[in-house]
Amino acid sequence: MSQPHDTHAMAHGHSHDEHGGEHHAHEEGAHGSMRDYVIGFVLSVILTAIPFWLVMGNVIQDPGTTALVILGFAVVQIVVQMVYFLHMNARSEGGWNMLALMFTVVLVVIVLAGSLWVMHHMNANMMPHISTHDARVMP
Amino acid sequence: MSDAALASSPLAGDPTRFYDTGGHHHPQNGTLLGFWLYLMSDLLIFACLFAVYGVLGRSYAAGPTGADLFDLPLVAVNTAMLLLSSITYGFAMLSMQRRSTAGVLGWLAVTGLFGLAFLGLELYEFAHLVHAGAGPQRSAFLSSFFALVGTHGLHVAFGIVWLVVLMVQVRRFGLHEANRRRLMCLSLFWHFLDVVWIGVFTFVYLMGVLP
Repeated sequence: MSQPHDTHAMAHGHSHDEHGGEHHAHEEGAHGSMRDYVIGFVLSVILTAIPFWLVMGNVIQDPGTTALVILGFAVVQIVVQMVYFLHMNARSEGGWNMLALMFTVVLVVIVLAGSLWVMHHMNANMMPHISTHDARVMP
Repeated sequence: MSDAALASSPLAGDPTRFYDTGGHHHPQNGTLLGFWLYLMSDLLIFACLFAVYGVLGRSYAAGPTGADLFDLPLVAVNTAMLLLSSITYGFAMLSMQRRSTAGVLGWLAVTGLFGLAFLGLELYEFAHLVHAGAGPQRSAFLSSFFALVGTHGLHVAFGIVWLVVLMVQVRRFGLHEANRRRLMCLSLFWHFLDVVWIGVFTFVYLMGVLP
């Protein structure tokens, strides 16, 4: 059982020495160019400024619509920063980065949407209806 | 690891299999992938805190609301600090590609200063809130607010500690392979914090002041 492990470790040691150049090339590919960072920065500034303007300038009358719009801007900016700053693509680390990200995003959506959904219904259906007077005398 | 182990191995006579195991499936010995997996687990922590804030964020306990407390111009300045620190870290990475130790150290220092400015403004905001009687114990809204924003601030604080340690490392030992790998891990960490902050300023501050 232990022999395959030995060769495995051995292969590792070798690849480190012999393919130094290859590692190098891989590493250089993993982060971007000046152009990437500048594009990412400019887009982020625009995608940050617009939501602040929408909320501070009270541009849209309906708060629900404003909330949806600024959430949309946040999602777009997250994708922009993932691509231009974190250099996400389907190829980095042989695709495992993207796979881990997809899995985590699914979990995040379940946690967020599930919590909000369940707790909203708990509030709506199970809270005793307390009058304003009762609420005042409650501790 | 020894030649003897290789000679006695049944795989020794099979060079194709030998080389395949080593190279392609373990790029960079997996350090960056491992660090990415850590960031994903960190993202789950933040997701839980966001969910808590989403559930409790409107439970004011007859106390102050987000619209009463949040100072949006201050948050905008804070966001600018973090965004600027993100691009200056990018410049540090570009200097690293050019193997310019001085460039890396300079841009890391600028990044650290922007990070400190961000932390300083956040601590000022927290102190202001606590002083105004709106500390974490005031309402469920404020508890979840301090938990979420405070956790992000702690990450930034530890990121700055890591950044200073790396600056010392690079100054003393130069940009050797291990240091370049460490700089790339910190790059992921730093940009990740900026991504989380997008969620914070949108979901907590901007949506918090909406009626």
